[in-house]
Amino acid sequence: MRGLTQQCHAVPLLAPAGDADHIPPMTITLNGAPHAIEPGQTVAGLLAALGFETRKVAVERNEEIVPRSAYEATHLAPGDAIEIVHFIGGG
Amino acid sequence: MDQFMTDETVAHDDSWTVAGRSFRSRLIVGTGKYKDLEETAAAIAASGAEIVTVAVRRVNLSDPAAPMLQDFVDPKVYTYLPNTAGCHTAKDAVRTLRLAREAGGWNLVKLEVLGPPPHLYPDMPATFEAAEALIKDGFEVMVYCADDPLAAKRLEEMGCVAIMPLGAPIGSGLGVQNPAMIAMMIEQATVPLLVDAGVGTASDAAIAMELGCHGVLLNSAIAHAKDPIRMAVAMKHAVIAGRQAFLAGRMPRRMGADPSSPLTGLIR
Repeated sequence: MRGLTQQCHAVPLLAPAGDADHIPPMTITLNGAPHAIEPGQTVAGLLAALGFETRKVAVERNEEIVPRSAYEATHLAPGDAIEIVHFIGGG
Repeated sequence: MDQFMTDETVAHDDSWTVAGRSFRSRLIVGTGKYKDLEETAAAIAASGAEIVTVAVRRVNLSDPAAPMLQDFVDPKVYTYLPNTAGCHTAKDAVRTLRLAREAGGWNLVKLEVLGPPPHLYPDMPATFEAAEALIKDGFEVMVYCADDPLAAKRLEEMGCVAIMPLGAPIGSGLGVQNPAMIAMMIEQATVPLLVDAGVGTASDAAIAMELGCHGVLLNSAIAHAKDPIRMAVAMKHAVIAGRQAFLAGRMPRRMGADPSSPLTGLIR
C-alpha cells in the first residue's frame, strides 16, 4: 500500500486568507484510501477520531506493526500508509 | 480397564495437545459464511469446539460501531486461530499474522497460502516460504497443505506444530477423497495431523477421525447446512464417534457372512 504518492493532498494546501494560524491538514493513506488528518495526530487520536476501540483492532504503519502501547506516542507523518484491521468470521 | 467407559469419561479423558496447549474437543470450526454473528455464536457453541479460526480484515471505517466477532465469540472462551485466507504470498501471510498477533496476542496461527480458483489448492512453494518466515518470527504454525507426504514431512521438520491436509477442495463438501494418503501421512506424523477441508457432512468427519486424525477443521459443512446449529451438534458427535471408533479398533473386514447368533442349541 506504499505505492501511493507521498504528497497526495486531498485538501487545499493553502490556508484560507485571514487565518494565518491555521495549519492545513495533511493526508495519509488509511486502509488504501486518502484520508485527511490534523498535523500532530497520533495513532491513538486517529482511532478515537474514527470511533474504534483500541482493544479490538490492530494497526500497521508503513508495513510495520504499531504496538498498542505505542499508540499515544506514535505521531503520523504525511504520506503514512496506515492499516487498521480487526477479526472477522473466516474458515 | 477397570471400568467400562461412559460418555462422561469419553468426553473428558481424550484430550489432545498442540503447541503445548491441551484441548478436549477435536473439532475446530471456522467462523465464516454464517447468516449473522448470532448464528455464528450459536453454531460454534453447539459444535463444542474450543478453537475457532478467524480472518483478519480492514475495519469498516464508515461504521465503527458495527458489531464485531469478539462481541459474539469471546476470545477468552475460545482459542482464536487467526488464518491467512486471501493471502497469496508469504509476505502477505506474515503481515496478516503479525497484525493478528498484535490484535489478540496469539502466536498460534493457521497458515494457508492458496492457488487460484477454481481449486484453491494449497500453493506449497509459497506455503514453505511463509512457514519459514512465520516460525522465524516466533509463530506456532498449524499449516494447511496438500495431501503430500513429502511436503508434510518437510513442514514438520521446519517446525510446524500441526499438519492439516485437505480431504477435498475448500468448501467443496466432497468428503475425504484421499483416505489412503491421509492414513499414510498420519502414520509418519510426529505432530498432530488434522483434515482441514472438504468435509461435507457428519460421516465425512467421522471417516477422517476413524483414519486416526487428531482432529478435523471445518466451516462450510456447518455454515451452509440448512440448519447450521443442528449440523454443529452432528459434527460434534461425529468427531467423538470417529475418534472412539479409531481407539476401539474396527473389526476385520471379511468377504462373507459370519452369524452373530450361535448355531448350536437350536430347537428341532
